[in-house]
Amino acid sequence: MIDIRLRKRLSDLQLDVTFAAKSRGVTAIFGRSGSGKTSIVQAIAGGLVPDEGRIAVDDRVFFDSATRINMPIHERRVGYVFQDSRLFPHLSVRKNLDYGLRRARGASRIDFDTAVELLGITHLLSRRPHNLSGGERQRVAIGRALLAQPSLLLMDEPLSSLDPPRKSELLPYIEGLRDELGLPILYISHAFNEVVRLADNIVLIDGGRVLRSGPLLDVASDPELSPLIGRFEAGSVIECVVAQHDEDLALSTLSFSGGMLRVPRVDLDIGAPVRVRIRARDVALALTPPVDISISNRLPGKLMSLTERGGPYVEASVDLGGATLRALITRESATRLKLTPGQELWALVKTVALDSRSVGFMRRARSFSFPSA
Amino acid sequence: MLSAVEIEAFSLSLRVALLASASCLLPALVVAWVLSRTRLPGKSVLNVIAHAPLVLPPVVIGYLLLLTFGVRGPVGAWLNDTFGIRLVFSSTGAVLAAAVMAFPLMVRAIRLSLDAVDQGLEFAARSLGASPLDAFLTITLPLILPGILSGLIMAFAASLGEFGATITFASNVEGETRTLPLAIYTATQVPDGEAAALRLVVIAIILSLLALGLSEAAERWARRTVYGS
Repeated sequence: MIDIRLRKRLSDLQLDVTFAAKSRGVTAIFGRSGSGKTSIVQAIAGGLVPDEGRIAVDDRVFFDSATRINMPIHERRVGYVFQDSRLFPHLSVRKNLDYGLRRARGASRIDFDTAVELLGITHLLSRRPHNLSGGERQRVAIGRALLAQPSLLLMDEPLSSLDPPRKSELLPYIEGLRDELGLPILYISHAFNEVVRLADNIVLIDGGRVLRSGPLLDVASDPELSPLIGRFEAGSVIECVVAQHDEDLALSTLSFSGGMLRVPRVDLDIGAPVRVRIRARDVALALTPPVDISISNRLPGKLMSLTERGGPYVEASVDLGGATLRALITRESATRLKLTPGQELWALVKTVALDSRSVGFMRRARSFSFPSA
Repeated sequence: MLSAVEIEAFSLSLRVALLASASCLLPALVVAWVLSRTRLPGKSVLNVIAHAPLVLPPVVIGYLLLLTFGVRGPVGAWLNDTFGIRLVFSSTGAVLAAAVMAFPLMVRAIRLSLDAVDQGLEFAARSLGASPLDAFLTITLPLILPGILSGLIMAFAASLGEFGATITFASNVEGETRTLPLAIYTATQVPDGEAAALRLVVIAIILSLLALGLSEAAERWARRTVYGS
């Protein structure tokens, strides 16, 4: 268990957060820029000393203002992956990776060869950091942090300095860590699609405070949080299982409690559990099942609520056999269709709107296993 | 070609300049680090003291050294009574005068390169399990190596040319403190000394240009090995 309670007066922010994260899986710390996310991980790593509070990982206390404990940075064994990789420019990739490994103490969780293979950086070992692309640099930085055998991995927007293709390239590696290392990860991000793909739990930070924390599905589906996520990024997260692949059409079918979803081909085994994020603005509503229409995902459901979203918008929550799907529509349409809670209707989702970045697997089928600490 | 006296002045200059630049390296590193990385209250005072030789007339520095390290100065008397070391009229005194004059140049060069090191790299090293000293030795020090090298060579070149503080403090003793600049000055003061002065001037010019070229080459080499570009 990662227990965090800290207060710190910063020049432009009063940080006051309390939350706990599980010792396994990914906990996302999500919030706008300037909300205090980085300060929180800085405090965990030891780069920022809180005015008051307590920070503990399992039974190791990093900081406790009550008992005046402030463990030095290098004894905390916290892996830190920075936005800007921070590889040592005077050392080769191999020596960068060795840096943490040589200084590692305690249980060994991952060895050099495994890390290098997992991150696909074998061919880069003799290079210098300035000869690497942004994505390669971040992979090496992740490897370096892992080889220090940390008890906790902090990732501070590791994708934010990369362009979209590189982001998509790196995400599977991070998913690999999550699924194969059994190492708790705190993942900071202001990009909700990354959070949805990676995180099991989420801590929402706003203005230096914890707005909400809990399992991703619960928090992400809370309509009250739409303003924070952004009106056009808000949506629902639905857990599905890969049911079928259609190679000729390059489509896959996912099944969930409310029916089937057709999505662009995902590269996963049948039966693999996946999480699909459907943005509210990509969902349309109809009172009868439309026939002459290109949209292939037509799901029967029941309207649960309508919430004003400001301007011309209202947000509808639709129950699909237990799963909640949110739809952002205009107030005009809601009036025209005479939408009322309790009503039966059809939710329409374009397959095209569900690109590979919306679909993330929750646990990969293990090709090889690691001893977990 | 060169007389024994001239060769002596030349080799003495080299020795003094080497010793002076080598001996201010460690103090300059410490002062540069304090100026660049700490937030001590007395920092501005330290900054002024460290840079004083750059702005004060060299003769003033020489005189201040005389007051402090002269036989009757507080430090000088103690050194003389305890160890029997006399700095005035000795080559050690010439080294001290040159070192003090070169010190601010070295501090500046090292401080600039320290300021340029991303402190995020040091934090990254700490998070990977390095103690503060370990992080300094393995990350900071290699990264400021080009600055240290250029500081060393600048201090060496400045020490070669040091005149005012040396003649005021250590005086002009043949074979002890008469370095190239002092030998040139002495040669111009005696009748028929022009030819000797000219020969020494040529040596001084060649030495300075060599030092300059060496400093450029060394810095380029260091930058390439450290940063790989």
